[in-house]
Amino acid sequence: MSRLFVARNPRVAARVLDGEMMIMSGKDSTLFTLNRTATILWQAADGKTPLEEIVQARICPEFEVEPAEALKDAEALARELAGHEILQISEEPIPPRVPGESGAGE
Amino acid sequence: MSGLLEEMTVKALRRNIPLSVQLDLTYRCNERCVHCYLDHDDHGEMTTAEIKHLLDEMADAGVFILTLSGGEIFLRKDFFEILEYARRTLTFCVKLKTNAVLIREREAARIRDLGVESIQVSIYSHRPEVHDAITLVPGSLERSLRAIRFLKAQGLRVVIANVLMTLNAQDYSGVRALADELGVECTLDPTITPMMDGNRSILALNVDQSTLRQVFRDGALVENVDEFCAIAEPADENSLSTLPCSAGHTACYVSPYGDVFPCVQFPVPTGNVRKQRFLDIWRHSDQMNEVRSIRMKELPTCSRCTHVSNCTRCPGLAYMEGNMRGPSTADCQKSFARTGIPSANMLAKARSAPNLVQIRTQPSLAGIPA
Repeated sequence: MSRLFVARNPRVAARVLDGEMMIMSGKDSTLFTLNRTATILWQAADGKTPLEEIVQARICPEFEVEPAEALKDAEALARELAGHEILQISEEPIPPRVPGESGAGE
Repeated sequence: MSGLLEEMTVKALRRNIPLSVQLDLTYRCNERCVHCYLDHDDHGEMTTAEIKHLLDEMADAGVFILTLSGGEIFLRKDFFEILEYARRTLTFCVKLKTNAVLIREREAARIRDLGVESIQVSIYSHRPEVHDAITLVPGSLERSLRAIRFLKAQGLRVVIANVLMTLNAQDYSGVRALADELGVECTLDPTITPMMDGNRSILALNVDQSTLRQVFRDGALVENVDEFCAIAEPADENSLSTLPCSAGHTACYVSPYGDVFPCVQFPVPTGNVRKQRFLDIWRHSDQMNEVRSIRMKELPTCSRCTHVSNCTRCPGLAYMEGNMRGPSTADCQKSFARTGIPSANMLAKARSAPNLVQIRTQPSLAGIPA
């Protein structure tokens, strides 16, 4: 399995409301709420930490799951969130967006 | 409102979280709209650092939807610095209200890059001679429309906001057609707001009853005219327990000078963020808590009105008439225009003006010279 990197899409809006992460898509203003696992993934998605490390350091200790199983689930979740343009995923580290730079493909 | 947003609003209400805030960055403006309720002089706007600090406090308080408005927001030299901080650092859902006169391709691209949710642009007519006579700036319609095209070219969501008044009363269909042609949304607001200092002279620009009736029965504007214009069901305990609106409950307004109000249309002072923390004002201001305590069933006149269960009564407009628990005459006029039934407030006023009633009941006297 290749390494996967995840980054928060800078075009979404996000806020924790009463313990629940609220996300508004930058594409079509659709509102989402994230469950606990998705919230951890969202908060840790800095574009430079591999998904595998996020799972080991943040998800496994919280949910007491096997790393291999957790990674599989996290990868599926990351791809689903990327489908909604909430996260960006890449097999390479994702550099932070330079202010004023016009984004493509969002 | 989407189901999820409604759910979030209920949650915010239960937890006393200010989900939505309008922050006016400046009252300065490059237009001089005849119906505007603001004083355009700068009386000491918050600095960039003060605004960033306020935004930090708002994010901590749970504010999610941030509307940046004015005045004209693009007159602030630090506008993009503020917007970038609000979006990139604090991840607010940001909406903008502007006349768009200063937006060109570069600004539109930057707005898009920063992920702004929507841009509301004021357009009062499809005819330059009418729009420009309202803004008092020649060429303003052309410049605003050019900006809308730049924004649309960036794929941004644009909403045209049209305020209905005597000067443009018959142009709203033309504005809607223009919005369709531009591929943008369009809203129509038939309410002129008194000036924030209490001056009510601009209310003379409000459209008359016949125009209101025409608008409320326009099938292009109202989805179901019969339902919209129907007389309200008798009020029950549930409808009498409802909140008047979101002002002070899940939403509030902050002026360029840091004053916090329940709403831009509800200028009861509740505190100033230059002296107190935003969240302390929101949670503990006596005035904010008084606004929160209002329920329809406690309103002396409105609670016994035919329209109470579907009235659009604005507590802010009522406050500007002298009593936040009183009626809002502008909304009485709207209920009357929708249904043909006078409100309790209108009937009470008619009873306290016996001479006017007498004249109306003796039409045969009308042609006799005094």
